[in-house]
Amino acid sequence: MEDFMSSSSRNNNNNNIETAVKELRETFNSGKTKEESWRTTQLKNLLSLLMEKQEHIHTALQHDLGKHHVESFRDEVGPLIKSVNYALKGLKKWMVGKKADLPIAVFPASAHLVPEPLGVVLIISSWNFPFGLSLEPLIGAIAAGNAVVLKPSELSPASSSTLADLIHSYLDTKAIRVIEGDVTVGQQLLQQKWDKIFFTGSASVARIVMTAAAKNLTPVALELGGKCPAVVDSLSSSWDRKIAFNRIISAKFGACAGQACIAVDYILVDKKFASTLVEVMKAAILKMYGENPKESKTVARIVNKSHFSRLKNLLDDPMVKDSIVHGGSLDEDNLFIEPTLLVDPPIKAGIMTEEIFGPLLPIITLEKIEDSIEFINSMPKPLALYAFTNNETLMKKLSAGTSSGSILFNDAMLQYAADSIPFGGVGGSGFGRYHGKFSFDEFSHEKAIMRRSYLLDFWFRYPPWNDNKLQLLRSAYRFDYLGVVLIILGLKRS
Amino acid sequence: MEGFGGLSNSINGLKQAFRNGETRAVDWRKSQLQAVLRFLAENEDRIFEALKQDLGKHPVEAYRDEIGVVKKSAEHSLLHIKQWMAPKKGQLPLLLFPSRAEVLPEPLGTVLIFGSWNFPISLTLDPLIGAISAGNTVVIKPSELAPACSSLLSSTIPLYLDNKAVKIVEGGSDIAQELLQQQWDKIFFTGSPRVGRIVMSAAAKHLTPVTLELGGKCPVILDSYSGSDLKSAVKRIAGGKWGPCAGQACIGIDYLLVQQKLAPVLIESLKRCIKRFYGDNVQNLQSICRIVNKNHFDRICNLLEEPGVAASIVYGGSLDRENLMIEPTILLDPPLDAQIMTEEIFGPLLPIITLDKIEESIDFINARPKPLAIYAFTNDKKLKDRILQETSSGSVTFNDTIIQFICDALPFGGVGQSGFGRYHGKYSFDTFSHEKGVLHRSFFPELEPRYPPWNDFKLEFIRLAYNFDYVGLLLHLLGLRRLFIPNRAR
Repeated sequence: MEDFMSSSSRNNNNNNIETAVKELRETFNSGKTKEESWRTTQLKNLLSLLMEKQEHIHTALQHDLGKHHVESFRDEVGPLIKSVNYALKGLKKWMVGKKADLPIAVFPASAHLVPEPLGVVLIISSWNFPFGLSLEPLIGAIAAGNAVVLKPSELSPASSSTLADLIHSYLDTKAIRVIEGDVTVGQQLLQQKWDKIFFTGSASVARIVMTAAAKNLTPVALELGGKCPAVVDSLSSSWDRKIAFNRIISAKFGACAGQACIAVDYILVDKKFASTLVEVMKAAILKMYGENPKESKTVARIVNKSHFSRLKNLLDDPMVKDSIVHGGSLDEDNLFIEPTLLVDPPIKAGIMTEEIFGPLLPIITLEKIEDSIEFINSMPKPLALYAFTNNETLMKKLSAGTSSGSILFNDAMLQYAADSIPFGGVGGSGFGRYHGKFSFDEFSHEKAIMRRSYLLDFWFRYPPWNDNKLQLLRSAYRFDYLGVVLIILGLKRS
Repeated sequence: MEGFGGLSNSINGLKQAFRNGETRAVDWRKSQLQAVLRFLAENEDRIFEALKQDLGKHPVEAYRDEIGVVKKSAEHSLLHIKQWMAPKKGQLPLLLFPSRAEVLPEPLGTVLIFGSWNFPISLTLDPLIGAISAGNTVVIKPSELAPACSSLLSSTIPLYLDNKAVKIVEGGSDIAQELLQQQWDKIFFTGSPRVGRIVMSAAAKHLTPVTLELGGKCPVILDSYSGSDLKSAVKRIAGGKWGPCAGQACIGIDYLLVQQKLAPVLIESLKRCIKRFYGDNVQNLQSICRIVNKNHFDRICNLLEEPGVAASIVYGGSLDRENLMIEPTILLDPPLDAQIMTEEIFGPLLPIITLDKIEESIDFINARPKPLAIYAFTNDKKLKDRILQETSSGSVTFNDTIIQFICDALPFGGVGQSGFGRYHGKYSFDTFSHEKGVLHRSFFPELEPRYPPWNDFKLEFIRLAYNFDYVGLLLHLLGLRRLFIPNRAR
């Protein structure tokens, strides 16, 4: 990637970053962000931002990704409104913490677990859901009482600058800042000392982030992706088929044209059922997106030339090209790729070894649907696993036999909007989680507070040591209080 | 001991055992926990002997801090494991009815645990208990600085635990490096920040999640006290400084903050307590560990040699290099920029820093990296509240020391430079688990407004849905909303 900045302007940038972080730290140290009233105000202001500036948000998303405004609402603005309301509702309770039960051995004592903010945190978000993936973590960071720097992706420039403008006008800039820029700015940010880094993006950049974080022992959360499979069982009812395939199509082509970490990446199906699947899907694609999805803007475009070329290359492999059964047309000028179905492209081809992140849907046929478990396990753990089936046994086998961030039966992508279910990956799809109270927890440290009194000091806690004290300790650990009493009274030997 | 070539094979064997599902059943996990208990019960004397050899640890201290801790953890896990393994119900919005959601814990896979030399039994076996309870396969790398314990674990654990699932790998930093090159599903590390950085950097290459249990300078704040309360406080402070491994403990007291005018009484009381607990002849100290090795002995001696530091000694200071014993030592106001006050001491030297007012302790602590624990002896509610709200640490204990360590209900872990991640009790299970969201939906009914082709009706539906405005949704569906919201732009 070309670096247009001169070294002096780079230095300038760096100084600005250092200054900004310093200011945020001072704000945090003043205790302002810990106050419940501050957090509530910021969240309410964020809600106002979302309610009042939808036009701006939609325009930016239209510009960056060609997203239809209803898709933008459904996938970004809507969930954010829901999340802010959820945080506002739960905040007081979350901040109080909870009581912990203590063993009698430490009586008299009481203990509580109280959350506290980590300090000054860095959120690095991605270009595909630039508002959702920036503001969802921001909600958690604010609710938990931190000061925040947000680094939106430069690959969605209109969204990045809209975020900067809106956040700086609605929220407290002494505590919350957006710092825009490219890789160089990203690297400069990573040189700073953070109390937490929350990263959404690719595995290769995640490695860079975690390596930089290691220098300061900064905890990180990595929301990555992976190849999210949809296991499709033979469904006998035509209603079930229609609904299932609608849901799969929507979770592929309808989710930023497949450029989503929880989008369906590929399908696994019993080969006897494959042709039915393809036929019904073709019809569904037509119904949902029309003859000309580019015109109707019901399918987003590819974010930039680089990703467009990447996707084009996936199709260039002749055996992959041969496996196309629907779609396949590419419009480089408009960065548009038609919803494309492929049946059994080679497993070793790029389209099946890398995360596709585009509107190409490979359908892999198997002898029997149970083989999907082995297939899925031969690849890194994905962020989500989808399975469309009415067979309870298959459901149990899939759930117990595979590992993924989450698993959904008979639907897709909905886990994103479920506040009571943690959203995050495992293995190659990352670690850490958020949404709902999990966002609050992710940006908090749960401090254990123990209060003891002087009454009842067990002398067998202290040296000089002897056998009697050893016996008492043994009993105390067994929570064998009667034993302790008896030994003390000289009535029991260990 | 595994050779380099055998290491990869061993680890692959563990991964295969995990893939085969051998560690998933609750019966397997329980059998391993019971095996740990048998190991402790049947080898108690050998464990005492190994700890005596490595650290000069007295059997009573060894029971209290190592055997007893692990036994309690294993028993606690056995009691609760079924409950921990059970899925927890979650909730989905009414809009998605019929549906159900739950959170299901699953093991991460094959995990690596680095133990530390100061509590070589408990800091390896306590995390092991968490890893096994969660259903993982495990490699433990005990610290080579406690060789007798390392060797005991390596030779004896295989006689009790399932060798296909749990392996002990002995060795020094070269073996550790070799282990860090492999791909793990989790790394659990207890040790110094310097090595913590190396571990996390290596983990970054494979995007492996890590838990880092580090240390820090854990301060004691001593407010004004009288009579018997002071006596109790002093016992707990002495017990919390020299009791755990002669100060070589991550949650051990590092230094003490007290109001200037109370320092003399405190020091006298501490002196009496030390003599009673440990004696006063460095050649013949009782009930206290020695320094682990010559390197650390020299490191601690160097702390005393900086200008101004030796002069601040008010008690102790005697050294016995041959037996690696250092007398419990009290210093009064050593220079704040000396290493003894800028680095974690990890030894039996207790600096007492005097302040004009005890409230100054808050700024003092905040000027330094966040410690694993803060101890405060005070009955002043205002001071307690300020400590809680204005400082940050892994934990805070009022009016006692160390004891939070044995409470399974309390998460044990650091923040900032004292680390991240936590364990003990259910937190151990959680730290080695992935909580998978499991959602079930049905094919009927369907919400058409989810899909294009788009129109205003669908947009409004989605808007109402995210507001959980069910009445509004109903009216919207029935086309009746316009009756209730005449003029506003919908």
